[in-house]
Amino acid sequence: MSIKEYRTASEVRGGLILVRDTPGVAFGDRVRISDGRGGTRDGQVIRASNEEVMILVFEGTDDLDLEAVWVRFLDEPVEIALSPEILGRELNGLGEPRDGRPPILSHIRRPVGGSAINPAARSYPREFIQTGISTIDGLNSLVRGQKLPIFSGSGLPHNRLAAQIVRQAKLKDEDSSFSIVFAAMGVSYADAKFFRDEFASSGVLRNVVMFVNLADDPPVERLTLPRTALTAAEYLAYDLDRHVLVVMTDMTYYAEALREVATAKGDVPARKGYPGYLYSDLAEIYERCGRIHERHGSITMMPVVSMPSDDITHPIPDLTGYITEGQIVLSRELQNQGIYPPVHISPSLSRLMKDGIGKDDTREDHPKVAAQLYALYARALETRNLASIIGADELSERDRRYLKFADDFDQRFVGQGESEDRSIEATLNLAWELMSAFPRDALIRLSETEIAKYYQGDSG
Amino acid sequence: MSEQQNKGFVREINGPIVTIDLPGIRSGEQVRIGELGLVGEVISLAGREAVVQTYESTDGVRPGEPAEGLGWPLSVELGPGLLGEIFDGIQRPLEKIALESGDYIRRGLALPGLDREKRWEFEPNPELAPGQSIGPGTVLGTVQETETIQHKILVPPDLTGELTELAPGGEYRVEDSIAHLRDAQGHSRHLTLFHRWPVRKPRPYRQRDDGISPLITGQRVIDSFFPQLKGGKGAVPGPFGAGKTVVQQQIARWSNADIVIYVGCGERGNELVDVLESFPQLEDPYTGRKLMEKTLLVANTSNMPVVAREASVYVGLTMAEYYRDMGYDVVMLADSTSRWAEALREVSGRLGQMPVEEGYPAYLASRLAAIYERAGRVETYHAGAGSVTLIGAVSPPGGDFSEPVTSHTKDIIETFWALSKELADARHYPSIDWVTSFSGHVQAAAEWWHKEVDRHWQSRRTEALALLARDAELSRIVNLVGPEALSDAQRWQLEGASLIKEGVLQQSALDEVDTFCSPQKQFALLDLALSTYDKGMTLIEIGVPVSHLQDLPQLAKARRCKSMYTSEQVASINDLAREIDEAFESIRLEYAKQHTDD
Repeated sequence: MSIKEYRTASEVRGGLILVRDTPGVAFGDRVRISDGRGGTRDGQVIRASNEEVMILVFEGTDDLDLEAVWVRFLDEPVEIALSPEILGRELNGLGEPRDGRPPILSHIRRPVGGSAINPAARSYPREFIQTGISTIDGLNSLVRGQKLPIFSGSGLPHNRLAAQIVRQAKLKDEDSSFSIVFAAMGVSYADAKFFRDEFASSGVLRNVVMFVNLADDPPVERLTLPRTALTAAEYLAYDLDRHVLVVMTDMTYYAEALREVATAKGDVPARKGYPGYLYSDLAEIYERCGRIHERHGSITMMPVVSMPSDDITHPIPDLTGYITEGQIVLSRELQNQGIYPPVHISPSLSRLMKDGIGKDDTREDHPKVAAQLYALYARALETRNLASIIGADELSERDRRYLKFADDFDQRFVGQGESEDRSIEATLNLAWELMSAFPRDALIRLSETEIAKYYQGDSG
Repeated sequence: MSEQQNKGFVREINGPIVTIDLPGIRSGEQVRIGELGLVGEVISLAGREAVVQTYESTDGVRPGEPAEGLGWPLSVELGPGLLGEIFDGIQRPLEKIALESGDYIRRGLALPGLDREKRWEFEPNPELAPGQSIGPGTVLGTVQETETIQHKILVPPDLTGELTELAPGGEYRVEDSIAHLRDAQGHSRHLTLFHRWPVRKPRPYRQRDDGISPLITGQRVIDSFFPQLKGGKGAVPGPFGAGKTVVQQQIARWSNADIVIYVGCGERGNELVDVLESFPQLEDPYTGRKLMEKTLLVANTSNMPVVAREASVYVGLTMAEYYRDMGYDVVMLADSTSRWAEALREVSGRLGQMPVEEGYPAYLASRLAAIYERAGRVETYHAGAGSVTLIGAVSPPGGDFSEPVTSHTKDIIETFWALSKELADARHYPSIDWVTSFSGHVQAAAEWWHKEVDRHWQSRRTEALALLARDAELSRIVNLVGPEALSDAQRWQLEGASLIKEGVLQQSALDEVDTFCSPQKQFALLDLALSTYDKGMTLIEIGVPVSHLQDLPQLAKARRCKSMYTSEQVASINDLAREIDEAFESIRLEYAKQHTDD
């Protein structure tokens, strides 16, 4: 096979190169660009005709001299080499080492683009994962094969929460831990270091593969990084039968890189300058997680999405919420009260909770306890608003009970230590303790049998 | 059809949009592209060149690869074997694809929609004999497709002529010939158990009819408050997490339609798996058979190619119309029409068309209207009345109902079930907001309810909505000045509204008893809440303090009784109503006694 090489670069703009007169170049193929000064960069064909080819340059196009550029079409898709040796390594968005160690050598090479899982081959996720965090386990349970993002904001402890989940997550009554795929896109050096240190100190490092692109690395590489990371996750899950937890941070920087390239390409913008295909593009990433029939491994995903200006309706969290199976939302208000983890339960949700909890999975009262806590908390928040207007003294006795519940719930149920690993029983028992501040008749979401069994109050 | 197959080559690849050089191809024609044979559709023509949208990823395709016109537009196969299946957006059977290509969908697979090997027991129509003239919709015979669904083999809508031969009863495969006809030109045509129909062309019918009976969904806020007629068109808009999918799945599960077509258009893979895994276990409350026997799924999940997403809605609709033409009531759920519109936007953007609102092309509104217009109750050619009810989920960005897809949809549909983030956050499900939702079918539905259930249905419904409106007003006052400012009567109104919200409107899809509610039970619960409220109000009028009533244990029971008694135990709900009556009566007597003693 002849490798085609061209000196006909005609235009460079915002991470893209146009090359003229390049017959027969395949759409999506990998490209090597030599800058004429001994350096090379990697790229991918994103538009192809015989007259002109558009190339996305992962390392960016800064400092490229059109006259000096050589472009070589490698006649292969963008791929990553995979072997069990990837565990414990730190790689970049193209799967090349960042840790100073030799490259991964393997005859197994997979295109990073992936392809769609046949819905008929999927199996429904239903195994409860205990994270040891009450607001998640009790009210927004995570199951194996789910994609559950953390919606956060700048300065909120999403990294600490994600690290705590990585440390504590396990199946109930089982010690088998997860292999971790960690994908960092555009995060700061400090954040990447925090995770590296976390993995090292909790002794999981040998079970982790890190894909890292820092804030000062080329943004275009962020477009391929989550795909590379997920290709590795698929290898670990379906070739090596492991249960994989993918932590991706931060999807907002990913989407911003996508917007940057889309603008350079001249795509028609939809909302806030993001291209119309942002939804499909995010879905290609998120939907790679799940469970497949007759495969032993699984991919569970926990992306971090920071909400620009804490706005949950911003296109990135908004479109993410439409694709993922729920979301865990962090709140600045709780954070300011010193509550960790500051999970705001009202907008938080787990769509796959229903089949992972209850009699055979956690405890028979779990579904209704969750519904009841949500209803009480919603009413309690209304009461808190009311109290802030008319003063707590003006409230009826009934309302004062809700007000106290709101405070107790925030402090004791939401709040917990960063190393506190609560079992699901402990979470549910705590829930009953808090609910027992109300008379039985106020707890209409619970069945009478459940109340008879678990209610701890003395009032009628 | 395609005597001279067209050959040409690829000029340019821009994601799913491929430009080919192929003179003589027609707009809308199906095309196979490249060595892989990717399937696509011509969307515009200019001189020798045609722009094709491909239903599969174009990675690896090179300029100069071959392109071939197939001679027909995007069509689906219509015949026995559709029910119980899951198809992709262009009607390829996904379970067979999984057998053929494993867990991931391989490109360029050309599998027919219907099983070619399966044999069906064909029963010819005894009223037909050779020599008779037959035409669109003539029933040639029947095949028992599932236990409950009898599949009528119809003459395709574009054929008329004289029947020359009708096969005897027996086992046939879908491609076997079961009849011959001679058309007006004297050509002999053979008919099989199936035929093809282009998806973008609505199937014809004799005439349109008005809807007459409501689609019973077993969901109280829908049936009792915002009813939908069979043959109607409705929309379920809501921000993420408000419960659109659960509402759609509940309708798919419990509605009294004969056939359910669920189109997962750009949504989550796991949701379709949920349907695929649970429907074969669940029982249809009307027939006692498994739900999957009357259901078929069309799946283009959010990570599947975007162009096939645009096609999936038409593929679903065409199959819906086909069962309608057999005289069935079909409900089609499209989750979500916003993803369909976004697919339209993506293609138009890549073609460089001028965007109008939020990047959407100018033809968004007309395409959307044309889709919804394919719903309706019609008189078929030979099978009596049939209907297609179309319910589309809408996913407005940021939950903003003024965005283009939601607002254009609102102009077209008759029933609008608006989901509210606030209700969902308080876990009040279904989170259908009673203030912003509407139904244009209340009058027509009332006739049915008055005849079948209770003649007070419409007045009770109006009273309940009025009480809920009053509640919203009073809540505003409470939020300004506190509950102390309200009179006892006003506080009882709040209590009454809360009884309706918690005892009637809220309904748990996860609760075994409450997930389906018969119309009789729906009315009993509504009546229980309202008569409790009415009775209490008469006590408050004579001076009984509201706190006295609020503490009655029977009120908690009234809120809970939806999940205590099944649809067969309506009598127990009426017993509870009597118990509440008696409790109020004894309060009244006690109170009257105290006051005479004073």
